Amino acid sequence: MTPRFILPALFAALSVPTLAQAEEIWVTNEKDDTVSVIDTTTMEVVRTIPTGERPRGITFSHDFSRVYICASDSDTVQVMDPDTGEILYDLPSGEDPEQFVLHPDDRHLYIANEDDAITTVVDVVDRRVVAQIDVGIEPEGMAVSPDGKIAITTSETTNMAHWIDTETQKLFANTLVDSRPRHAEFAKDGRELWVSAEIGGTVSVFSVSDQAEIAKINFAVNGVHEDRIQPVGFEFTDDEKTAFVALGPANHLAVVNAETYEVEDYILVGRRVWHMAFNTDKSLLFTTNGVSGDVTVVDVAKRKAIKTIKVGRFPWGAALRP
Amino acid sequence: MRGAVLVLRAIAAREALRFVRQRERFVAALVRPLVWLLVFAAGFRAALGMSIIPPYQTYVTYETYIIPGLCGMILLFNGMQSSLSLVYDREMGSMRLLLTSPMPRWWLLVCKLIGSTLISILQVYTFLVIAALFGITMPLAGYVAVLPALFLAGLMLGGLGLALSSFIQQLENFAGVMNFVIFPMFFLSSALYPLWRMAESSEILHDICAFNPFTHAVEMIRFALYAQVNFGAMAVTCAAGMVFLALALWGYDPARGMIRRKG
Repeated sequence: MTPRFILPALFAALSVPTLAQAEEIWVTNEKDDTVSVIDTTTMEVVRTIPTGERPRGITFSHDFSRVYICASDSDTVQVMDPDTGEILYDLPSGEDPEQFVLHPDDRHLYIANEDDAITTVVDVVDRRVVAQIDVGIEPEGMAVSPDGKIAITTSETTNMAHWIDTETQKLFANTLVDSRPRHAEFAKDGRELWVSAEIGGTVSVFSVSDQAEIAKINFAVNGVHEDRIQPVGFEFTDDEKTAFVALGPANHLAVVNAETYEVEDYILVGRRVWHMAFNTDKSLLFTTNGVSGDVTVVDVAKRKAIKTIKVGRFPWGAALRP
Repeated sequence: MRGAVLVLRAIAAREALRFVRQRERFVAALVRPLVWLLVFAAGFRAALGMSIIPPYQTYVTYETYIIPGLCGMILLFNGMQSSLSLVYDREMGSMRLLLTSPMPRWWLLVCKLIGSTLISILQVYTFLVIAALFGITMPLAGYVAVLPALFLAGLMLGGLGLALSSFIQQLENFAGVMNFVIFPMFFLSSALYPLWRMAESSEILHDICAFNPFTHAVEMIRFALYAQVNFGAMAVTCAAGMVFLALALWGYDPARGMIRRKG
């Protein structure tokens, strides 16, 4: 190989790492109507992309070729090309979509319509509403079981978790939870359902087989008034032995032992922490802090906040793009 | 040269001896910052976190915020206490013995400064260990990086004490130093509250705090505890240290300073 060929080859080789897709955390900014994209290696905002009004829930398609964004005040779910940041099309979503969850079939979105007391099921391929299910007042939290058979909607004012059979798209159970349930997640291969109650200040754990409550987790942060402890979003580590719970205006994450349901630790993060997302290997956790307008990065193993990154105003939802 | 080292060793040994003999002084020097840390900080109730300012990368509790200030407090009080001992030495006559050494006077004073600073540093590290036991920890590199910062700050504050001691005629007058130097220096600094918070209540207070060399010593320690260098704070601390040392040398100069009048 002559030097004429060696040099371009060398440059090409050197440029490979920069071409590789860096791992990113996408954060919706409610007040700025934007998405902030954080590079998880440099821990800096690398892109800010405009969205519809008041973006909140955010999730990626399974192949990460599409990102779905709940633009609550635009009354639509926007579908964006994550490479270009271009809005490709809007999905019919019902009024005021706040949170949603993508079914394991990668095709159906279950959307909570806060103003209409409805859960809307949308086929993202045909771009049409498949079903609308009446639920309690102000539905918000959405979850779907790993096997895809059960979807959950939590209603903030009715204070219930509504259990939806995804085959019939009908409710088959309703369980009472503490005041203002805002987030739900299935755990332990779908055997448990966790629901956070913002005003109640608790997280309830239900057995999925009989919808019975098996545990209730309470929180107490030293020096913080109990009224400020308002659990919202939460996430589990890969082994599902630990859960991280955002405590809203208490400005802390609770670290919960998911086997004993005991709170093991509290981590100070930014103001009014809403939701969170892990990086791929789950070594880092990124929390959205609504009031302080930033994202705190937590070292999962050390259970310590290591950095806080400024994003847009009122960051809310977070999702990983590997 | 060997003589100079001998003097340094002798004076440092005397400081160490004084330190070992006065165990209650060591305990007192630790209790003071610990009371601030465990009582004042708890009462301040900043469990919701302080706003992010450099060198912090994220929100910190108030307990974490005041650690560098309390390190500075130990150095400040020790610097003053060591100058108090000089006044005592002068009254007792052991000062005259020291100053009759053939070594240059500036070297004797610098040795005295180094000796007392080393003792202060030992106390600061003890305090940091106790703070760590209460769960307030710094990055590991910070514990190493803070050593030169503590030394520099210790020399500066010791230099101030030395300069003051040359102007104090009697031990009793030292209470005035407490009221007019130590407390204003400590409270009008970034030790207990960030300067932006001072600016919110009064611009003048903020400017005084920003002028106070103790603020710069504390900020230098704060950055060093996070393995970072605050060059501005370091430069101000160095400059203030040199001014104080020059004042002390002038004060202790038998031909010119106060010492001549006092005899």
